[in-house]
Amino acid sequence: MSEQPFYEVERYELSEPARYQFEPLSLDVNRRDFLRIFGVMGGGLIAAASLHLDAQQESGRGGGGQAAPSDLEAWIHVDEKGRVTAFTGKVEIGQNARTSLSQVVADELRIPITAVTFVMADTDLTPFDQGTFGSRTTPAMAPLVARAAATAREMLIDLAAERWKADRASLTVDAGRVRDASGRTIGFGELTAGKRLTGRVTATPESVDRWKLRGTSVRKVDGPAIVTGAHTFTPDLVRPKMAFGVIVRPPVYGAKPQAVDDSATRAVPGVRVVRDGDLIGVIGPSTRVVRRAAAAMRVDWTSPTGQPSSETVYDHLKNTANSGAAGGGRGGGGAPRVTGDVARGRSDAARVVEASYLIPYIAHVPLEPRAGVAEWVDGRVTVWTGTQRPFGVRSEVATAFGLAEDRVRVIVPDMGSGYGGKHTGEQAIEAARLARAAGQPVKLVYARDEEFTWGYFRPGGVIDVKAGLDRDGRITFWEFDNYNSGNAGLPTPYVVANQRVAFHASDSPLRQGSYRGLAATANHYAREMHMDALARAAGQDAVAFRVKHLDNARMRAVLEAAAAKIGWPKPSRQDRSLGIACGTEKGSYVGTAVEAARTADGFAITRVVVTFECGAIVNPDGLRNQVEGSIVQGLGGALFEAVKFAGGRILNGTMASYRVPRFKDVPPIEVVLLDRRDLPSAGAGETPIVCIAPAIGSAVRGFGEVLPQLPVTLKQ
Amino acid sequence: MAEFVVRVNGQTHRIDGDAGDSLLAVLRDDLKLTGSKFGCGEGHCGACTVMIDGQATRSCVARLGAVAGKPITTIEALSVNGRLHPVQEAFVEAEAFQCGYCTPGMVMATVGLLQSTPNPTDADIARVMDRNVCRCGTYPRIVQAIKLAAQRMRAASR
Repeated sequence: MSEQPFYEVERYELSEPARYQFEPLSLDVNRRDFLRIFGVMGGGLIAAASLHLDAQQESGRGGGGQAAPSDLEAWIHVDEKGRVTAFTGKVEIGQNARTSLSQVVADELRIPITAVTFVMADTDLTPFDQGTFGSRTTPAMAPLVARAAATAREMLIDLAAERWKADRASLTVDAGRVRDASGRTIGFGELTAGKRLTGRVTATPESVDRWKLRGTSVRKVDGPAIVTGAHTFTPDLVRPKMAFGVIVRPPVYGAKPQAVDDSATRAVPGVRVVRDGDLIGVIGPSTRVVRRAAAAMRVDWTSPTGQPSSETVYDHLKNTANSGAAGGGRGGGGAPRVTGDVARGRSDAARVVEASYLIPYIAHVPLEPRAGVAEWVDGRVTVWTGTQRPFGVRSEVATAFGLAEDRVRVIVPDMGSGYGGKHTGEQAIEAARLARAAGQPVKLVYARDEEFTWGYFRPGGVIDVKAGLDRDGRITFWEFDNYNSGNAGLPTPYVVANQRVAFHASDSPLRQGSYRGLAATANHYAREMHMDALARAAGQDAVAFRVKHLDNARMRAVLEAAAAKIGWPKPSRQDRSLGIACGTEKGSYVGTAVEAARTADGFAITRVVVTFECGAIVNPDGLRNQVEGSIVQGLGGALFEAVKFAGGRILNGTMASYRVPRFKDVPPIEVVLLDRRDLPSAGAGETPIVCIAPAIGSAVRGFGEVLPQLPVTLKQ
Repeated sequence: MAEFVVRVNGQTHRIDGDAGDSLLAVLRDDLKLTGSKFGCGEGHCGACTVMIDGQATRSCVARLGAVAGKPITTIEALSVNGRLHPVQEAFVEAEAFQCGYCTPGMVMATVGLLQSTPNPTDADIARVMDRNVCRCGTYPRIVQAIKLAAQRMRAASR
């Protein structure tokens, strides 16, 4: 398998450092060296610790730009029983990396999958990795571990050849044993006798036509641990002498404690109050005791004012676009990308269609909230925490405490999901602060309202699109201005000679960061809804209109397959309507078609067809699961998710008030996977989410005018 | 503060606490039974579902004072001698999870559903399971798993 081109991970890795409500620690190093001041929240200044954070947050890079190691020992061990342990800095978040990477190793070594154990995301044990984001595990990590496993396989063959004085070309590998032409075999364990295989990773992995385990639907390796509740997520961890912690949070963003009366809290047996700068924490013998004790504390907070609300935020984002303090290009603002001559395209247009699409902030709502367990031993801290960037969080913790990175160990137990929402390490730093003050290990688990309020959001924004059609219904120009909602999926994949595409960074009143497919969910919505509007304006079929403007055969294939499967352009009944959209992100392609029904109070989705192509498929059922999950998650943003806020408060930061998709919301979903074994595997866990919202919007247009916004809203 | 008798998985524990304390917190912190998950603390995600007196119940909003003395079964007691319960088996076979955080609650809610409705329709499943959230969106697979488990449990009881 050839190596994939390296996508520009930096550009879509929008995520901000925590807006700590407390001052950084007093440290041994000069404060000026590590303080960065970000102007945020209506002109207020909030300090965030870190010399390196600014660069890291965008790039997902930590640890000083380290590269993946090339020595075999870093990746694979074979023990004396022939059991294989493999190592990766990637995190299992539910995307099935533990299983798919195990398939790769087992397949290269020709051993059963049960003989492989993967050590993942432990900064002391696993090779450096930037983080688990951008759907990079299968395209980029799988080839690395494949080469390492292939190298181990070749070394084992060498050892057998040496032992038997045989020609290595006559030896084969199967079921954990090396075999010669006569049928004599020897096990991997006997060959290594417990000695480590050392050397550089050099071998070439098996070609796709020799895949045996890859390309098959191997079941999740830890399924039994999941269904029995035996798997230990971070909030489930217990350490000897561990205390439980809680942080007393400000009532609104930016509020600072002025006066604290903690006498009632201190009166609770077994409870201690931790004050560390502006951090107020309570630790004690159990969550129920510390929460009760914390609730008894009286704190006078400052009352910052002037923060935008979810109603006024769109004006605010446009008004603050490209202003210096808005991030100076953080997240990839900068010069517009211009092709051709837009002015000329405008003058060639017989008709112009324009719209301003409003994109609300939405929340990831990982069911496992932010959590950390921290333990200090002899000036070294270990933090177990749910994060997609273990090495990045190691840097954050090291910086926060003025420690060398080798004094910090971050371990990420397989996690209760993330969807791009867990790139940062505030919970790890908070747990470590509590543990240091307490002098004992501390577990900190965010309550649901804390997760909503003190995590970060998919950025809200405004996307202005303006495009012209000539008399033949061909697009003459395309102008696309995204204010704050991010620039992944920004360029149009359609052939348009004259175009100007721009991302404008703004002053976001809410902390924002990555999401599944990040900005591609927003950019695809605006672009595909606009293509749909243009097709209608031109009086052309939405599929034919797109095909006319496509020169990408892969995109065309998923679009046409989705159309064929749903029966385009005829819905199953007269009171139904069909909608369609297509897109590409992370090197893979998705077509989505939807059937909607008119209902008394609006509309309902009655059928979804998804066609997906991501090159060669490693685990078809695992992929299908990801595609279905993307559609279900995308239904939330398409139909009802939006964060409401005002006056520095999140107004719907509970599961009761923030609606996420549930059983009743899910229509029949038909998934069609196009397996392209002739192409390298591309990213797959995020892309299928990007077209469900515009496909729904397109279908609902069959019932009337659809407002240019998310969630999809039929004008009544 | 008072002492409450908590009967979990056939064992009796004496717990000091307030009548209003959450059962889930007691299970997780005091009894170290962490298979039941904290998801929302509001009774709206179902990750903490356990059986109380034979009823699938959200343990995060079940109060210590109200459950004292009643028999409670958690996910830890569902498989017997390492043999998975048919519902657990069906979830594994249908791969009805991604991250798995909601799974113990989904499994317990399914056990409750199949007790009262051994042959559930899609509508029965959606109605009873609607307060259990799978944020990874594996609902279609969970429905498959529920039907598979139902079919096998009916066959076994015949």
